[in-house]
Amino acid sequence: MSAPAAPGAASAEDLVTLTIDGEQVSVPKGTLIIRAAEMVGTIVPRFCDHPLLDPVGACRQCVVEVEGQPKPVMSCTVPVAEDMVVRTHLTSAMARRGQEGTLELLLVNHPLDCPMCDKGGECPLQDQALAHGANQSRFLDQKRKYEKPVAVSPQVLLDRERCVLCARCTRFSEQISGDPFIELFERGALEQVAIYEDEPYHSYFSGNTIQICPVGALTSTSYRFKARSFDVVTTPSVCDGCSAGCGQTVQSRRGEVQRQLARTNMDVNEAWNCDKGRFSFPHLTHAQRLTTPMERVDGELVPTTWSRALARVADAVRASQDVGPGRTALVSGGRLADEDAHVAARLARTVLGTDLVEHRTRFAPADEAPARAVLLARAGGAPGLTYADVEHAPVIVVAGLDPEEEVPVLHLRLRKAWRQHRARIVVVGPHLGTLDGIAWRRVATAPGAEPAALAALAYGDGEIAAALRGDGAPAVLVGERAGAGSLAAGTRLAEAVGGGVAFVPRRAGDAGGLAAGLAPGLLPGGRLLADAADRAEVEAAWGPLPAHLDGAAPVDGLRGILAAAADGAVDVLLLAGADLARDAQSAALAERALARVAGAGTVVVQDLALTETAARYADVVLPVTATQERDGARTDWEGRAQRFRRAVDAPELAQDDWEAFVQLAAVLGHRLYGSLDAIRAEQEQLGVRAAAHPLPEAASAGSTGAPSGDALLAVVRPLLLDGGTMLAGADDLRATARAATVGVSRADAARLGIVDGADVTVTGAGGATVTLPTAVLPDLVPGAVVLPRTSTEPPVTRLADEDGVVAVTLAPVAVPAEVGA
Amino acid sequence: MAATEVKVLSARYDVPGVDDLEVYEQHGGYAGLRRALEMQPAYIIEVVKASGLRGRGGAGFPTGLKWSFVAQGTGKPVYVVCNADEGEPGTFKDRPLMERDPHALVEGMIVAGLALNSEQGYIYLRGEFAHASRQLAKAIRQAYAAGYLGEDVMGSGKRYHLTLHRAAGAYICGEETALLDSLEGRRGQPRLRPPFPAVHGLYGCPTTVNNVESIAMVPLLLVNGAEWFQQWGTEKSPGTKLICISGEVRNPGNYEVAMGTPISELIELAGGMLDGRELKFFCPGGSSTPMLPASMADTPYTFEDIAGAGSLLGTGALMLFSDRTSVVSVVRRFTEFYEHESCGKCTPCREGGYWASQVLARIETGTGVMDDLDTLERICGSVAGRSFCALGDALTSPIMSSLQYFRDEYVEHIRKGVSPFGVAPQRDVPMLDPAAVAATARERASLSALLSAATSAAGDGSGA
Ligand SMILES: Cc1cc2nc3c(=O)[nH]c(=O)nc-3n(C[C@H](O)[C@H](O)[C@H](O)COP(=O)(O)O)c2cc1C
Ligand code: SF4
Ligand code: SF4
Ligand code: SF4
Ligand code: FES
Repeated sequence: MSAPAAPGAASAEDLVTLTIDGEQVSVPKGTLIIRAAEMVGTIVPRFCDHPLLDPVGACRQCVVEVEGQPKPVMSCTVPVAEDMVVRTHLTSAMARRGQEGTLELLLVNHPLDCPMCDKGGECPLQDQALAHGANQSRFLDQKRKYEKPVAVSPQVLLDRERCVLCARCTRFSEQISGDPFIELFERGALEQVAIYEDEPYHSYFSGNTIQICPVGALTSTSYRFKARSFDVVTTPSVCDGCSAGCGQTVQSRRGEVQRQLARTNMDVNEAWNCDKGRFSFPHLTHAQRLTTPMERVDGELVPTTWSRALARVADAVRASQDVGPGRTALVSGGRLADEDAHVAARLARTVLGTDLVEHRTRFAPADEAPARAVLLARAGGAPGLTYADVEHAPVIVVAGLDPEEEVPVLHLRLRKAWRQHRARIVVVGPHLGTLDGIAWRRVATAPGAEPAALAALAYGDGEIAAALRGDGAPAVLVGERAGAGSLAAGTRLAEAVGGGVAFVPRRAGDAGGLAAGLAPGLLPGGRLLADAADRAEVEAAWGPLPAHLDGAAPVDGLRGILAAAADGAVDVLLLAGADLARDAQSAALAERALARVAGAGTVVVQDLALTETAARYADVVLPVTATQERDGARTDWEGRAQRFRRAVDAPELAQDDWEAFVQLAAVLGHRLYGSLDAIRAEQEQLGVRAAAHPLPEAASAGSTGAPSGDALLAVVRPLLLDGGTMLAGADDLRATARAATVGVSRADAARLGIVDGADVTVTGAGGATVTLPTAVLPDLVPGAVVLPRTSTEPPVTRLADEDGVVAVTLAPVAVPAEVGA
Repeated sequence: MAATEVKVLSARYDVPGVDDLEVYEQHGGYAGLRRALEMQPAYIIEVVKASGLRGRGGAGFPTGLKWSFVAQGTGKPVYVVCNADEGEPGTFKDRPLMERDPHALVEGMIVAGLALNSEQGYIYLRGEFAHASRQLAKAIRQAYAAGYLGEDVMGSGKRYHLTLHRAAGAYICGEETALLDSLEGRRGQPRLRPPFPAVHGLYGCPTTVNNVESIAMVPLLLVNGAEWFQQWGTEKSPGTKLICISGEVRNPGNYEVAMGTPISELIELAGGMLDGRELKFFCPGGSSTPMLPASMADTPYTFEDIAGAGSLLGTGALMLFSDRTSVVSVVRRFTEFYEHESCGKCTPCREGGYWASQVLARIETGTGVMDDLDTLERICGSVAGRSFCALGDALTSPIMSSLQYFRDEYVEHIRKGVSPFGVAPQRDVPMLDPAAVAATARERASLSALLSAATSAAGDGSGA
């Protein structure tokens, strides 16, 4: 599927021809004069105009002259008309005078902060003043003064006297992110940006306001006074915070990241990103960062060399192979680059000789990976459903996904679809999550029961079915929490209504891991280990696959691997970016597995930071490079692969994940790849399977039936800003995190006597507890609760049973009598 | 020669008890509505068009024409909004009408509703008008009880509801699009046009916004016919007009006269200038209309003649100033009003008003410099025609016109270093003192308290 008519493809009757500074140009009907001028290469000065925001016409800087109009025209608010004759500042004295006049007025109340302002050097106001301003101010009077700065949030500061009141930030907040973040208050020269008094400010997207502020009024706590735009080295990159694939600009100085910005990619993130992507870089230099290989000697992790560390791992692998085949396992955590995953998949199959591989720390339903492999092959290696498809879809079905928490920039696209053409968003599942403000209909199901609801959606004469069968191609988005069989059901739904479907994982390396075949029973490119033709294609590139992999039934993902490890069937556990002690869906099972392997075998952790798993269980720890420190590529949820380049140097001893894999293989006597290019060449050569396998048949109903007795079944949803290692050191960012709560349905709250806001003790498997304030959710189905995944201490994964199911009981925390009185 | 009053709209002002429905009916009340119910909606609009009635809210746009632009049959409701925010300095004609003869406005609103196929009207009333609010509320209650308003207007099968909305008191909310935002519960700031309210107004629906006087005139047009209205005034400015005469005259007040009466006769009508004072200059249509010197006092009071003299008829607020008054002081007062009332949305008005006020304050208090006159002209040049709404233009009118006619007086102020008209007060605009300014919105609230405390300390006892 592709986006409908790109702007360039407008048909002749939709074009309007006009003259700008003597040059004829034809542009699509409805184009604003300021945009048309850009098309002939003229940038009309502007402050309030932003191509992705509704015009406001506030700053009055974009003056042009239009023949026949006695008054100056604001080019950002007036659309072109046939035969219009426009003269910009380049050819019109009136326009030039108008712009100079506005500039002079803007400077009346502007402080002389340039020498110490973060925006200096990249400030439109400064540039304008330099180019067109007078050398001397006629203003003899008092400037408006404000206290500086004001904290708009823990992450965003506001210097009101620098503000030109262009309303870009407030329009972003209202139109794009839709949060109660900031608004304009007061009037006249006292008009100012402020936060709501009675609503807590809240936004996952606040950094965008800083980036689009045309002056230095909004600054981030992390960049304020740190560097100058002309002092930094700028490198284009791609964010690794989630599967959205946002373009990013990394700016560094003396080898240290100073700030990150959203890089415009209209196909993906438009001009936006989220605060996690923008502000999380302090983890690169945090104290927990691994800078040297380590090995455990006498129970303590001590620094070692790469060669000693790799030799120890190789010895362990050889010893394991002596015991028997397939007794090693490799688990990655969704952080790997596509090339890393590809090498990992080959390392596991051909060198370690194991199918115990996984790229997800969640216990995904067994049919998820095969169904995704089908979609991957069907798309032929290109993006399947795209952002543009979602934006233009008349109906968008969302199941098992809370985009704002998981893939924030996708949430912005959904909002755009909703705002621009009232796309009808249908949420299937136990609760609405953050889609509550924009959802059109909700199909309530018990947790895990989404597939049946998805299968039924297109049929019957209900309004949802009618909408789905109407004009235009609907989009179906299936997320990680949708029950077994959901992706197949969603795919069939999309087929039935002529729409598109996508699986939307949370983590940035998830799609690449799947494409590399880093899951039991899978091979690269949507191929299956059990398929002879698939095997043959892969063997042509990799050499023969071990015979024992042939015909063995794949284990049940990470759950199967951990169960095998806990049973003593795994001697070596290689963890690349997977902090299983915290992140595995069942901490209980993970701990049992890790303890067993750490005791009798070898746990190898290859990661950015000294994670809990590394500290407690690793025998060998290998430091690796982060996205900003290396070259690579990642595939976003659409299936779009994007490359990134090294922006800063890594700690001296850190290596790329793929390099670590290749070196381990070398120590074990296998030459895999000599360079990133070699890996990429092979990825390209293998491509995806020419014809997709058939979609898996509807699986038997999910194992997530009603829990026994009084227990409530938890929907465990990650929050964007949680206790993850990638957020280490980003304290101001973490201060903007949403509070962890336990979401309880109205019925259950009433039954259990729990009131909104009151603390409750949540008890899960094995008696583990967390205490959280209650959020009574009107949209939650009774019998379910919503818990944050890794936002609490201990994490909710501790409350899961060994199948990863979190069934909990709730007990109100007794309020001490004195306090209650 | 003094003009005579022609009491048409104000005919019932002195009828005792006319604010009650019964008395109103005895004096011809609701006859216009009865006529309207016999007419097709489009025909009502035709009558209004034929009468030549021009909007009384300031811009003088023909009312019938405006109504004919309101989009019909879009599937969306149509709204009629009465602009009763009367805030222009010098203007006090809508309030007496609403206080004395409230049913006249209610009747006009119902007729407008019929003409535009609207089922809902709003009166956006300036918040400070407490008595008008009580009077209108009573009239609306009585009209509902009598079946003039409600689900079935006088058994016609047509529905029309009328809601009185008390505004929060910002001059800018009299601008029709800011008014609509305010009515929707937002911060009142003008909206981008197009789309115009006639297509995309209140809640995005077709809407007309009309002044109190414009609307109250319509029932009389239906009863008496379009030609009746044209017996007064000129072809381009027919009818009578409520004129607010203020300033240094003996009997300032509200006078209804035939359009076209020369201004000098209007002055006579108000009893002439106060003893010993001579007319120096006047603002023909409120503080935002360019001032004219006494030599232009013979100008007939019509839209076209006043425009020909270089000013505007505006809301019909004739402000008269004598030779004892400093033009600089007047202009400063006006400018400070616009500075204070600027909504802040656009650069020219927000910053221009802020700057010009300070310059004028300096000139008036004797610390002006000759360059200030160029500066004022330059500021006005950057504001006029470039601001987002007409408030910005209004800001420049007094400054530019006074510099045109009374530049010498400015020069005298600057040269003498003191106002020739006596000691001028210092500028007392509360500046934002860093210590007082808030770090958070919560503290911002206490800033407003601080500001109002400052104002009441300065002797303005009206603040609460
Ligand atoms: C700053 C500003 C303030 C205004 N205040 C008022 C007002 O108080 N009352 C009013 O009727 N019109 C006011 N207007 C004019 C309205 O925008 C609008 O033109 C008028 O209500 C239309 O009514 P009419 O067609 O009956 O004249 C104001 C305009 C501006 C620019
Ligand atoms: S803070 Fe920046 S973006 Fe916001 S209104 Fe002020 S100048 Fe514009
Ligand atoms: S939405 Fe995802 S990819 Fe985009 S900036 Fe945020 S974390 Fe990064
Ligand atoms: S001219 Fe601009 S700042 Fe002034 S009131 Fe109108 S919109 Fe607001
Ligand atoms: S850019 Fe056009 S008014 Fe601001």
